[in-house]
This record gives sequence, C-alpha cells and structure tokens, in this order.
Amino acid sequence: MIINHPLLGPCDAQEFTYLGDASLIDRPDGMADGADAAFHDYLYLRDNPAGLHRELWFHEQGDRSWLVVTRDTVTHDITSVELARDVARAKGRSA
Amino acid sequence: MRYSGFRVLQQALTGHKGWQPAWRDPAPKPRYDIVIIGGGGHGLATAYYLARQFGQANIAVLEKGWIGGGNVGRNTTIIRSNYMLDGNEPFYEFSLKLWEGLEQDFNYNAMVSQRGILNLIHSDAQRDAFTRRGNAMILNGADAELLTAEQVRREYPFLNFDNARFPIKGGLAQRRGGTVRHDAVAWGYARGADSRGVDIIQNCEVTGFRIENGTCLGVETSRGFIGAGKVGVAVAGNSSRMMAKAGMRLPIESHVLQAFVTEGLKPVLPGVITFGAGHFYCSQSDKGGLVFGGDLDGYNSYAQRGNLPVVEDVAEGGMALFPGLGRVRLLRMWGGIMDMSMDGSPIIDRTHIDGLYFNGGWCYGGFKATPASGWCFAHLLATDTPHPTATAYRFDRFKRGRMIDEKGMGAQPNLH
Repeated sequence: MIINHPLLGPCDAQEFTYLGDASLIDRPDGMADGADAAFHDYLYLRDNPAGLHRELWFHEQGDRSWLVVTRDTVTHDITSVELARDVARAKGRSA
Repeated sequence: MRYSGFRVLQQALTGHKGWQPAWRDPAPKPRYDIVIIGGGGHGLATAYYLARQFGQANIAVLEKGWIGGGNVGRNTTIIRSNYMLDGNEPFYEFSLKLWEGLEQDFNYNAMVSQRGILNLIHSDAQRDAFTRRGNAMILNGADAELLTAEQVRREYPFLNFDNARFPIKGGLAQRRGGTVRHDAVAWGYARGADSRGVDIIQNCEVTGFRIENGTCLGVETSRGFIGAGKVGVAVAGNSSRMMAKAGMRLPIESHVLQAFVTEGLKPVLPGVITFGAGHFYCSQSDKGGLVFGGDLDGYNSYAQRGNLPVVEDVAEGGMALFPGLGRVRLLRMWGGIMDMSMDGSPIIDRTHIDGLYFNGGWCYGGFKATPASGWCFAHLLATDTPHPTATAYRFDRFKRGRMIDEKGMGAQPNLH
C-alpha cells in the first residue's frame, strides 16, 4: 500500500506502524464521572467496520508524524490522508 | 452410512455406485430450538456436540456461502496445546484430547497426524521462558519435552543451527501436537451433525436479529425469518459485523493473516517447526507441499488477501531457519480474516440479550481449538453455564481486569 503523506507525498506503508481506529484520538476525561466505563469502551471496544475505516498510522521511519488514513478495509484502497494533529486541533484537542 | 475399510472394499467391488451425499440440503424450518450462525469448523462442531453430547434435537446451522469455506479451510492445519496461562491451557489440552479421539468419534478420516510440534530456542532467556511454559503445560496434564541443540539436530539436521545472529540452542517439543486435514474437520462434523438430525442450511445469509424486550426471538435471513429459542454466533472474522446487527460493539478487530504452500516434495520435514527468533511456522502436508505462515499484515482488513511486505518477511524468516527452502517454488498463497481480540484470547459467553450467545475472538489460533470450542459452546448453549475449561472466556474480563494475555502485548490486537 502507498500512503500519500500530506507533507512528504507518496510513501510505502512499510515506513509506518499501525495503531488502530482514529477514535483513539478521542481520549475520555479521566476526572469525569463514569470515567471507568468510558475508558473501558475507549480502550477495548471497536467498531471494526467492513468498508471505510479512519485509522491512525505513525510514520516511524519518516518524519515521525501521526496520520489519520481513511482506508477501505475490503479493498485496501486509501481515499484520504490527514495529519492527525490537524484532526485533533479541529476537535479542540491539541495546541 | 457408516464408513469403514469394509465399506470401501464393498464399494470398490460394486463400482462405487452406493455412496450417498455426506449431508442433506434441507429447506429451513420456521423455527428451531437452537440456531447456530456460521457453518465453519466451530459452528459445525457446536451443532455436532449439541446433538451428540447434550441431547438437543431441533438444531440448524446457517451458512451464508458453503460450509467450511472460511478460516477452517484457510489455516495452516496445526494442532497443539502449548499454552501457559491458567485460563487457556486446560481448554487447549481438552481440545487436543478431543482431537486424539475425533476420527473414531465422528467416523470420518480427518487425517489427524500427531507428528509433533517443535518450538525452537535461540537464546538462554528464551530457554528459561520455554522451560516455564513446558512446566505449565505438564502441570495441566499436557506433554512437553525440553530438547538440547544436539537432540534437535538429530531430528532436523537441515536447519540453520549456526546462524550468527540466531543460533539454535534447543527446542520445546510437544510430541502429541501435529496436523489435521482441515477441510475434513468441517466435513466430518457436518456429516456427524447431519446424521443426528441437524439441518445444515447453506446459501442462507443472516441479515439481522429479531430482538424484542431484550430477548432474541430469531434471525432474519436471505431465506426468510427463522425463529429460535437460542441463537449462537460463530462467525470468526465477521464477528463484529454480525454482532453490530444486535447493537453490540466487540473487543475485536479483524485482521488478515497470510499462508503459503510450496510445490510438492518428497518427505523432508517430519514434524511442525516454529522459528523462535522471528515469526515463521512450517509443516509438510501429506501431499508433500511445505505449508507455512508468519505474522499478520497488521492493519484492519476484511480482504482475504494480504500485501507483499509480509510475504517478504515470512520468506526471510523461513530462509533464516531453513535455508533449503530457497530452492523450493511457492505454489499458492492466500489470506484469512482473523477475529483478533484485545488480549489475544477468545470469548465464549452469553450476551446481555437473552437467547443470544457468542463464540469468537479466536485470533489466529482458532483451528486447533475447533473441537473444544464446539464442545464448550454447546455446553453453554445447552446448560446456560460455561464448561469448566472455558470459564475465563468472558466478555467482561476486560472490565474486570482479568485479561488472558498469553503474549503480554496489551490491548493492541495486531501484536497478538
């Protein structure tokens, strides 16, 4: 697979390591009420769809940026690549 | 029809005109006591043991394609019980004992071959870890034998013992491990279940559950509604998709695992070997092909095929261990979809919906577990209590902090 890095252009997926569903950006507040249950769902439960999947890839052998890759889990076709930092900022989660 | 040597001889003398189909092709009835979703190894084994062991009579197995078309026909056919943790080892040893009597039990030649499995040791630390594992196996009634490098060399002289980076220092052998003809497992269980009255309904895709007031009343299928007293789901890589129809999110990701077979060779590899320094496992099929595999591709996938970097990685592992492999041509490669759980161990449990039961999360260890998985799931479906060897395989173990993490990897499914 080729991942089209927003800053570096097309890169071989071998340069990356895979973390999982991009919902891992939405880390719950550990101080809030019901944090136990929220962290169980956050850490252990997944949508695991067949079809488009937004997921976190780390450019370990490149610029060490985190990317949000939208990829079809049935065809392995990659439809969009964003910097995870931009995605997190848009949610107000990153400075 | 009972199969035997006498039957083969009789049929040979009468032109093989008396053989009958091994199972029927029934139309679905409007209602069953128990409906199993998934006509793979685990689903068929569940139906078989429900009928044979737990006295259930009105059972159907629903399969969207043809039986045995998924992972039971896509694995590397290895059976073993070399696990370490308390939640796992009694279950897998139960499974290995069932394998040992399986062919006589269901009267079908599954070619169970206890040719032994050998996990190679490449460092002192690894010898310590494998010694501990072997002791755990023996404590749970399994067999384990620690071999020196010389003992390994006598049995496998062609391995690369003096590799500068990963020399072979010995091995942990389980002599009762081995291989099984994987398709025959599905067919044998199907035939055994069918002869006990189980309806095996192929080309029948489940499209939804009918759930009212927290109780599952049956399943909507491509061949109409089928009512059920209890519904058991055993759909491996499609577990998340199926349970999403009941509104559940699972602690599972689906990943692709590739496997390979070479051209046929004369007997060269007597047992199953695994590389302890990389991830590579290999055995020789009775047709002569070397069957081998390695790591997951590592990303979520429902495509039954992988990518080339993992092919290269597996081939490198094979060459490091077994240099003679380089002269052999690859015949076929394929992929299967693994239901990778968050701790690398399976789930056989009730759900919060009455009448809906789940069996999945087998990661890439599902084949060896087939008999015990079927038996334990049948036990749960028939009695509403877990089988004594499967009490740890609960949904709520993540919430309670009772993970069964054999590899110690944490909640990262692609690393188990």
